[in-house]
Amino acid sequence: MATLWVGSRKGLFRYDDTPGGWVSPGKPAFIAGPVTAVLDDPRDGSLYVSLYHGHFGCKLHRSDDRGKSWLELPAPAYPKSDDPDAAALEFIWTFAAGGEDEPGTIWAGTLPGGLFKSTEKGATWALNEPLWHVPGREKWFGAGYDHAGIHSILVDPRDSRHIVIGVSIGGVWITRDGGESWALGGHGLRSDYVPPGQEQDPNLQDPHLIAAAPTDPDRIWCQHHNGIFVSDDGGMNWHESTGVKPSAFGFAVAPHPTDRNRAFFAPAQKDECRLPVDARLVVTETGDGGATFRSLSNGLPQDDSYDLIYRHALVADGSGRLLAMGSTTGGLWVSGNEGADWQLLSAHLPPIACLAFAP
Amino acid sequence: MATIRFTSHLVRHRPAPAVMAAGATVAEVLAQGFEGDDLLRSYVLDEQGRVRKHVNIYLDGALIHDRLRLSDPVGPASEIYVLQALSGG
Repeated sequence: MATLWVGSRKGLFRYDDTPGGWVSPGKPAFIAGPVTAVLDDPRDGSLYVSLYHGHFGCKLHRSDDRGKSWLELPAPAYPKSDDPDAAALEFIWTFAAGGEDEPGTIWAGTLPGGLFKSTEKGATWALNEPLWHVPGREKWFGAGYDHAGIHSILVDPRDSRHIVIGVSIGGVWITRDGGESWALGGHGLRSDYVPPGQEQDPNLQDPHLIAAAPTDPDRIWCQHHNGIFVSDDGGMNWHESTGVKPSAFGFAVAPHPTDRNRAFFAPAQKDECRLPVDARLVVTETGDGGATFRSLSNGLPQDDSYDLIYRHALVADGSGRLLAMGSTTGGLWVSGNEGADWQLLSAHLPPIACLAFAP
Repeated sequence: MATIRFTSHLVRHRPAPAVMAAGATVAEVLAQGFEGDDLLRSYVLDEQGRVRKHVNIYLDGALIHDRLRLSDPVGPASEIYVLQALSGG
């Protein structure tokens, strides 16, 4: 039975794929709490959820019994400083499990731009100082938020010390020594929101999300602010997919779990609108490594749709059969046949920030 | 000793009964009041010890002046109210 976690503005919902169809058992966890990230750790089944309480800040919770009960843990904290403008945690944007050889290791990407690591299942956290002090970070800036943030953390399943991160706005950064040193990737990405002559600066790129093909971690997909890009060398160099209809703008990308040439995207009209093009909600799919795309729309609203899909709200399960998509206006859809047909699970959930299939 | 009282909105997330604590400043009183519960502290102050942007602290009926260092002087019978600011939504 598949399980889908839905992180929303008003709590964490659970949906189960039962013989009678998808059902949401019980009430949401953290009712009224805005969920910003969720991780279902494939190594030990632990669940991690971060909340952003409007008044009381970012909070972190872990469940060791599949969501029946939750333990609050200290959230990652920036180093103590006397500077009145010293950095403080705004919220956790993403989690990533460490490698199979690192039980209990969890990474957290945050605003205002810090990468944190826990080796104790979230009980303690340490800021990755080499990245925090890396030359060039002073050029990072916020996109949609006041400060830059890390939204993508890709741990190489072949080598846990090889990690690629995506920063909005700060580009793609790569470590091959577990975070002791970092190199700036993202060569070939293109931005049109900076002065002429700086469009190719890899440190000024806004990769909305980067995601690796599970069967080929060197194949990384990027839904960038300015289009769709593909890397075949682990994020160092990229080439752009052109002619993507109905739009190359969007936030999310979900690689197919078994086919390195397939990936799914959720296009929107750029830039200030951020709505489905012509108010028709579609998913776009490439099956040839980004050379061509087709739209998938069967079961999705084809008129008067104002659903925007955030970067962590389009996901595939491990088999590739299931896809799920959630929107800012509370629409939740699943596909049981790789995107050919979509089923509406709810049209009136709270705004959805993130989804995660149980491994 | 001063008395610290917390908004019921905070109590929804953490046990936060009214507590008596000593100190010459709001920072000192809160430090004693939060002793043994770093998580409760994190709901009111950020990791730099500053009052969270959307939390208000009242000292004897008035908003404190120093949200960075919480240096406002506290009297022996002062009352401190920790409330959510409406600005936080």
